[in-house]
Amino acid sequence: MNWLQHLLVAPILLPLAAGAALLLVEERRHTVKAALNIGATAALLVITAFLVRLADSATPDAAWSYPLGAWPAPFGIVLVLDRLSAMMLLLTSVLAAASLTFSMARWHRAGPHFHSLFQFLLMGLNGAFLTGDLFNLFVFFEVLLAASYGLLLHGTSAFRVRTGLHYIVVNLAASLLFLIGVSLIYGVTGTLNMADLAVRLPLVADGERVLFEAGAAVLGVAFLVKAGVWPLCFWLPGAYMAAAAPVAAIFAVLTKVGVYVLLRLTLLLFGSGAGELSGFGSSVLLFGGLATIAFGTFGILASQTLGRLAGHSLLVSSGTLLAAVAMADAPVVSGALFYMVSSTLSVAALYLLIELVERAQQPGADVLAVTMEAYDEEMDDAEEEELGVATPGALALLGVCFGCSALLLAGLPPLSGFVAKFALLSAAFNPAGLGEAAAIAWTTWVFAALLILSGLAVLIAMLRTGIRTFWAPLEVIVPRVLVVEAAPVALLIGLCLAVTVEAGELMRYTDAVARSLHAPTGYIGRVLPGSAADAAEADR
Amino acid sequence: MELTLSAAIGIITASGIWLLLRPRTYQVIIGLSLLSYAVNLFIFGMGRLRTGAPPVLETGAAVDPAAYTDPVPQALVLTAIVISFATTALFLVVLLAARGLTGSDHVDGREPHG
Repeated sequence: MNWLQHLLVAPILLPLAAGAALLLVEERRHTVKAALNIGATAALLVITAFLVRLADSATPDAAWSYPLGAWPAPFGIVLVLDRLSAMMLLLTSVLAAASLTFSMARWHRAGPHFHSLFQFLLMGLNGAFLTGDLFNLFVFFEVLLAASYGLLLHGTSAFRVRTGLHYIVVNLAASLLFLIGVSLIYGVTGTLNMADLAVRLPLVADGERVLFEAGAAVLGVAFLVKAGVWPLCFWLPGAYMAAAAPVAAIFAVLTKVGVYVLLRLTLLLFGSGAGELSGFGSSVLLFGGLATIAFGTFGILASQTLGRLAGHSLLVSSGTLLAAVAMADAPVVSGALFYMVSSTLSVAALYLLIELVERAQQPGADVLAVTMEAYDEEMDDAEEEELGVATPGALALLGVCFGCSALLLAGLPPLSGFVAKFALLSAAFNPAGLGEAAAIAWTTWVFAALLILSGLAVLIAMLRTGIRTFWAPLEVIVPRVLVVEAAPVALLIGLCLAVTVEAGELMRYTDAVARSLHAPTGYIGRVLPGSAADAAEADR
Repeated sequence: MELTLSAAIGIITASGIWLLLRPRTYQVIIGLSLLSYAVNLFIFGMGRLRTGAPPVLETGAAVDPAAYTDPVPQALVLTAIVISFATTALFLVVLLAARGLTGSDHVDGREPHG
């Protein structure tokens, strides 16, 4: 064990220490608190970027494991870093940096303990991505949820408290399901370590397998609630819309935690080598995912406010990811991971933009735009304005960002949303590799149709709002936009641009992630040194 | 013993779910508490029921694993109790805030009409 390996625990310890230290700083000393929080988040960004390089430098399928307290797995608790968890960590810290910067304008002063809660949320997220053990996954889930309850209510208003109430009840009930699933799995297999579980699963007696399946199904429902799959998603758009803009931006990654766990467990436990259990639950994921895309698409078209639109586009992205996970094909998973990066960044950018855009609108302008579309009301009595009005600079900047995020979410060229959807669909239609003829399942056609239609829906809905806000507003209101508010939006969109330009590099990385997920012996061997999987890995 | 425990878990769960689906926030919180009790008992039961078997090994003498019960579910229960207690307390705060801000203890923040 060298010092490099100790870095694995840093993404959990650093936010924990920073959050605890922030509790001790007086609430009135905003500058000190903000400086501490920014410092910790920046350090986290550096560490996670380094961890990605570390995970990427490892031999093809290997992972890094960190036994806490030097107790060997499966008796002790392990943290595992592989390419997938490293990628999720980096994505989280990028979102954290952007939303923290945004909150510096005013949100961080809107209520007590924003900074501590923010750091605890990061701790829970990082822990959930790093842990190699189901019960610790539960503990980290609770940490991130408890912090998210506080953050959702940040800047208290009656609307926030009302939707926060629903959010908390749904998540508490899901946590109880999580516990039932975990304990059933423990009762059957006698272990909670994910790698050990994969080893012991083939040894489970036929009579007990039913119990295990029940446990896995209950556990799966808990994650599906977090991922927001239809019909367990009705809490999501309202809760995220109620949250303050920087909070909603970081929440964009919360649904991805559920997707992440489902991806990891499905491929680890129910992959092609799992015998009788191979492919367990994949039809639920597939049809659930398809239904979620459809629901999200209708939701996007029916949304009267931008906040609701963003929530439904999160649902579309969850549904796409789940359907892709269910196809369980390495190139599809690779495309899905690319899509996850692109869509998470763009939805977060949209959530931040919404607040700025709403400053440029009269209250209720969104609703008016939808109504005017619905009744096809002729509003252009503006013959006298043939020369038009000059668009103020701030409005132009917002308009460009808004247009970019519409392109990203709709998946139109030239931005990364298009590359992601193209990679996903091209992999789905070439199950045997490019140029090889293979039978294509009818669900793939449905998937493709829904994915493209959802893009169209986003385009229609965002054009509607965009035209009414930037091109033909009833009354031009120039919003006051601070640099710290515009910068994170530009950063997130710039990152999407970078992802587009460097798509080859990211694709290479996600390909490697998907390959190692489909050959879990490397993961198992690293977590359980000395096991059969480790020996097999050494033989190769 | 098994029958008593499973019946108890079943009845508590059923009551918890019924209360969870009620419209008043107080009923919801009691429902969640009942559900968490049931889940805690359930986790405990997953370690198999044994009478008079300690979970902690004694030092010194040779250890016979058959004389001990599985300690892991007990540790899990302890964690689960602490966490559900904390989150329920947090929920209670939100519930009171909702009561104060909306003036109603209905989960939707307003009384149903008619």
